[in-house]
Amino acid sequence: MSRFGWLPRRLLHLVIVVFGITLVTFFLLRLIPGDPALAILGSSYTHTRAVAIDRTLGLDRPIWSQYGLFMDRLLHGNLGFSFFYDEPATRVILAHVAPTLFLVVYSAVLAALVSFPLGFAAGLRRSGALDQATRVFFTLSFAMPGFWLGIILILIFSVHLSAFPISGFGNGFGGHLYSLFLPALTIALGFSTVLVRSLRAATIAALQAEFVDTAVMKGISWRMVLWRHVFRNAVLAVIAVYGVNLAYLIGGTVVVENVFSLPGLGTLLVNSVSDRDYPVVQGVTLLFAVLIVVINLLTDIGQAVLDPRVGQEIGT
Amino acid sequence: MSTTWATSPSELLLRAAARSAGRRRSLLRRRITLICGLAMLAVAILACTLAPLLTRYSPTAIDPAGILKPPLSPHHLLGTDQYGRDVLARILYGGRIDLAIAFGATSVTLVGGTVIGLAAGYIGGRVDSFLMRLVDLFFAFPFLVLIIAIVAMLGPGVFNMFVAIWMTSWVSYARIMRAQTVVAKKQQYVIAARALGYGRLRVMFRHILPNTAPAVLLFSMVDAVGNIILAASLGFLGLGAQAPAPEWGTMISDGQNYILSAWWLATLPGLAVVFVGVAFSLIGDGLADLLRAGER
Repeated sequence: MSRFGWLPRRLLHLVIVVFGITLVTFFLLRLIPGDPALAILGSSYTHTRAVAIDRTLGLDRPIWSQYGLFMDRLLHGNLGFSFFYDEPATRVILAHVAPTLFLVVYSAVLAALVSFPLGFAAGLRRSGALDQATRVFFTLSFAMPGFWLGIILILIFSVHLSAFPISGFGNGFGGHLYSLFLPALTIALGFSTVLVRSLRAATIAALQAEFVDTAVMKGISWRMVLWRHVFRNAVLAVIAVYGVNLAYLIGGTVVVENVFSLPGLGTLLVNSVSDRDYPVVQGVTLLFAVLIVVINLLTDIGQAVLDPRVGQEIGT
Repeated sequence: MSTTWATSPSELLLRAAARSAGRRRSLLRRRITLICGLAMLAVAILACTLAPLLTRYSPTAIDPAGILKPPLSPHHLLGTDQYGRDVLARILYGGRIDLAIAFGATSVTLVGGTVIGLAAGYIGGRVDSFLMRLVDLFFAFPFLVLIIAIVAMLGPGVFNMFVAIWMTSWVSYARIMRAQTVVAKKQQYVIAARALGYGRLRVMFRHILPNTAPAVLLFSMVDAVGNIILAASLGFLGLGAQAPAPEWGTMISDGQNYILSAWWLATLPGLAVVFVGVAFSLIGDGLADLLRAGER
């Protein structure tokens, strides 16, 4: 079987999942108790307005026809109309994508920079001081709400040391890097503990593998064995964990964006909840889910590129 | 199908914890972890339920004369907030909501997910594939985003937060339980029970469940931590508990406005979240150690 023989089946599976995602997103609107038009209009309810809203949302049709309408619009890039912003929801959402994407990539890189050296070192010196320290930090940070950690970081670095801004997205690439440092660090810290522990376990497993003994017996220097055999294998084992957590991290940005008042998708989502802007809520939810599906696909491809054995495993 | 997106970070965490739990630790130290966790949780539960005995302040009583007093002020151990409300009283009363979520949301999804996973794994066939595709579908969404979207539609509030968690959180339990059941089904004791002519329900609940329950029970400890954080997060975002009701997340959110002048408002309720979270984590770690000791 070729290295990417699994890819067509995986893509087919992906199409099915995306179809399911649209179903869930569509049925979300059904959860609104009572009359959605009344919920949207509130005190400015009139019969004519309600009928107009029912028509734009497609609520005056049978349910399967509504889903058809939803899908038809979706395939044309139309997520509905935002009553709050008085604009197409797609345009509203696209205007908020950049800060979120920047934040996700930034925190993913930070997390890798922090956790790869730490996890590797903790695995090499089992039960050493560093290992114990990461273990304690691991337990603590797992129980720590991300938004609270963010506020603590604001308190230390912004209020007391005045080193970073309290909120905002900044201007230009450098400005983004500077302004988003604390939010990215907040997410990265939560993310890296899992990564450190997994990399530690993978390092320990790789150290015990027979290929390490072989390499040592061949007379390769220990440093070289560590780098080329232990580290590389440990990293391979952690890529899947990295992918799953990257997907999780995207959910975490929602809260952290609100802590630092970043103009991203998370802030938009939460504001749209209180504004009862249902099409935007639907659209953002859909976009987040599709992002996760894409990340998972990239994780699988990344694994197959780095480790041919994985490709065969995915195909089965 | 071995796709990577099929696991949640909590499950990974659980696995990492299970692997790294001290193999060389003595039985006593194992018990100590468990006992510490249980003691911390007991302290939290008692403090919140007995709040009226521990503080003479009401969590919502306003005192315009004594606003923003720092911790360790006379009469106010943890200080007061912008309305002069006692912070200690608010933390104690506020914990009731967060603890209720930790127990109320977790126990329902634990039972529901376990039964669904057990049924899917034991019955197999179409029921199994339908349920597992449904589970896969839920895992395609970022958990928090899905919860927020459901709360958005139902309307913000504590009860709807419960409903949103009930609707989504069972999937992890179902997946774990299904995997366990599929393995157990092929084992001798199940084959023997079926050969004796025991009914489906009897085999499922009297034979398979007792042998597979530890896995989901351990996961429920991790899940409880997640639910506490979730309750606080939704409160922080204004989607859970509503003002003036005290709740740790909403307290942190209010406190953030006073971060330049009154640090204690945002930090102290967060410590309460961490305290309860660590308690559940320790119980989970301790239980995992004990169960593994029992296996050997």
